[in-house]
Amino acid sequence: MRKEPQEAKERDASQRINSFEEVVFGYSEEEALREAGRCLQCKNPVCILGCPVGIEIKKFIYQITQKDYQGAYFTIREKNDFPSICGRVCPAEYQCRQTCVLTKKGSPFAAKEAINIHFLERFVGDYGMKNNLPVPLEKCTGAAKIKVAVVGSGPAGICCSGELARKGIKVIVFESLHKLGGVLRYGIPPFRLPRDILDFEIDYLKKLGVEFVPNCIIGKAKTLDGLFKEGFAAVFLGLGAGTPSFLGIPGENLCNVYSANEFLTRVNLMCAYDFPKFHTPVNIDKHVIVIGGGNTAMDAARVALRLQKMSGITPDTTILYRRSEVEMPARRLEIEHAKEEGIKFKLLVKPEEFYADEKGFVQEIRCLECRLGEPDSSGRRKPIPVPGSDFKMPCDLAIIAVGLQANQILTKATPEIKVDVWADVVVDPQTMETSLKKVFAGGDIVGGEGTVIEAMGMAKKAAEAILKVCSA
Amino acid sequence: MKILHKEILGQTEETRLTKIEVSAPDIAGRALPGQFAVLMVSEQGERIPLTIVDCDKAKGIITFIFQEAGLTTKLLGKLNPGDSLYALAGPLGHPTEIKNYGRVILVGGGVGIAELYPVAKALKEAGNQVVTILGARTKELLILEEELKSVSDELYVTTDDGSYGRKGFTTDILKEILNPRTREPENPRTNLVYAVGPIPMMRRCAAVTGGFKLKTLVSLNALMVDATGMCGCCRVEVGGKTKFSCVDGPEFDGHLVDWDGLTKRNAVYLEQEKHICNLMLK
Repeated sequence: MRKEPQEAKERDASQRINSFEEVVFGYSEEEALREAGRCLQCKNPVCILGCPVGIEIKKFIYQITQKDYQGAYFTIREKNDFPSICGRVCPAEYQCRQTCVLTKKGSPFAAKEAINIHFLERFVGDYGMKNNLPVPLEKCTGAAKIKVAVVGSGPAGICCSGELARKGIKVIVFESLHKLGGVLRYGIPPFRLPRDILDFEIDYLKKLGVEFVPNCIIGKAKTLDGLFKEGFAAVFLGLGAGTPSFLGIPGENLCNVYSANEFLTRVNLMCAYDFPKFHTPVNIDKHVIVIGGGNTAMDAARVALRLQKMSGITPDTTILYRRSEVEMPARRLEIEHAKEEGIKFKLLVKPEEFYADEKGFVQEIRCLECRLGEPDSSGRRKPIPVPGSDFKMPCDLAIIAVGLQANQILTKATPEIKVDVWADVVVDPQTMETSLKKVFAGGDIVGGEGTVIEAMGMAKKAAEAILKVCSA
Repeated sequence: MKILHKEILGQTEETRLTKIEVSAPDIAGRALPGQFAVLMVSEQGERIPLTIVDCDKAKGIITFIFQEAGLTTKLLGKLNPGDSLYALAGPLGHPTEIKNYGRVILVGGGVGIAELYPVAKALKEAGNQVVTILGARTKELLILEEELKSVSDELYVTTDDGSYGRKGFTTDILKEILNPRTREPENPRTNLVYAVGPIPMMRRCAAVTGGFKLKTLVSLNALMVDATGMCGCCRVEVGGKTKFSCVDGPEFDGHLVDWDGLTKRNAVYLEQEKHICNLMLK
């Protein structure tokens, strides 16, 4: 008889909305052993095909069953420098768990029965962290005197840095913000990715010899040309998709209408939830409306609900989305967590206008109902607004989470770098090299918004090409 | 990020105007008039934008002048030479377009006078005939008068309380200079008005010049967080389009700015500001 999947224990919903403590506890050793024991150890492990960095999933799960956690740790580390991060934020249900043989072919996301590969990865990563496992340094290839500049310390940047540093390259990472981690710091809330985990993984890079320069905006304080003059052999751009999109509807610039990026940056990066100990404020109010259906929308809604609870306001946070739940790009787990915490979902609605009170603060939102039409270019069914279906909802704080675009500070300062119509950087897909020689790019600045692990996949590919440039 | 020099330029009982010189070689090497930097006083602090008033490329030093108004500027005012800022990044925003416009009128109010100075200097060097109008609440808060005099062909000063210069507003003088009935007939036509200061002042300037169809640039002081185009906190409607002050500005066409919207958005956190000032500065 097939064994039931092992669930990961979670902080109770009624408890967790009082704080920013981590929601998922992760597996105990027994739980990890039980889940690893369910793995069929397929002859042809198709799960690996679902992993953008090609972790040897079958092997590390086998090592867990043998209680060789250290071995499992190094198996993952060979392909992924950040198991404790990816084990927490990877949308595994669209990746390794979807290709796991226990998921039926053709289903839109992983079956419940699919092996919980992400929880096992997290278990192994956290084991390595707790036991301070040494860094497996590969022999330097005589490249130690070669310097490479990495722009941005988000997922792509740190991944590329790790790959290069392990080969003995001197890596200097330039970050425009005062703290490191990019979207892992300003975007993903601590209840999904605790800050000590992020700090540990970044410290690991420092141990590898990677140097970090915060507060340095490449394109402004230094140019790419300047970096090459300083003696860098190559540059990797992990600029991210930093600029928030808006809806373009009336009232969008009223007070208390936030982009998700602003709302989350205030809370996650600037610690506004701990105001006034931290000096950056953020507003919270009685009826919060979050617009969007991705992970950012889930994060923003769950942060807003916590702030309501922590400020003594009866939680009332609603997510508005144009399509239905199936089409939501968010991780299924985040949708579940949001529901458990009391986030309301109002689906198939399209915001039309915000209305203000006399002081200019948003007070109400008007929407149209939608029905689903034929699939559009994204493959998802297109929402079609129903004329005359207008309705209003109270809304005294709105958060717009409808996507992000390229941040153009560097590309505008460097017109030699070819960009596409979305201002994303165009690269050679084989090498990730841009139209400017010896300048490589990866992550969301290439091809728009993706996941942490997809960014890392591109960064690894770029790192390989950069190593070739360095040894040439 | 170390503070090398500090000077109180003006003070009254309730506020001060303070100048600091900060070591920042990368920023000093690349900053142009009209640009700003974003800084944090401490790890717990806010990120605030401040205009780069002057820079010494050779020594790698930049100058800020700020009014100690809110918590962050008050904490910044408590730092002394030898202290370091927690964070400092820049130069940000588009630089001012410096060229020979012919005759330009520059209007600066309050601490905005500091922001006017690098622009005035550059416009003078570019061969413009520079007319400068400075406004302050009171004589003690008037700054950089001598410096601006040295780069201006004409200079006028107003104070709200009449303690120095003409009693009244900068726009009173602006109107007189522009009005065909009161202006000096031998003066050539003005080609650009540049205003920086409190929102009501910039708004009034734009209203005055609008009547004369005169190109008017204003340098906005919207609230910011990252100041690199990442959050949209500083968005402002210009000609019906949403712009980010940090990356699209900070200068915009004064006739197209939605001043009501900007005024309201800049007041979003007034209560928190009052609360934290009471808490931290007592």
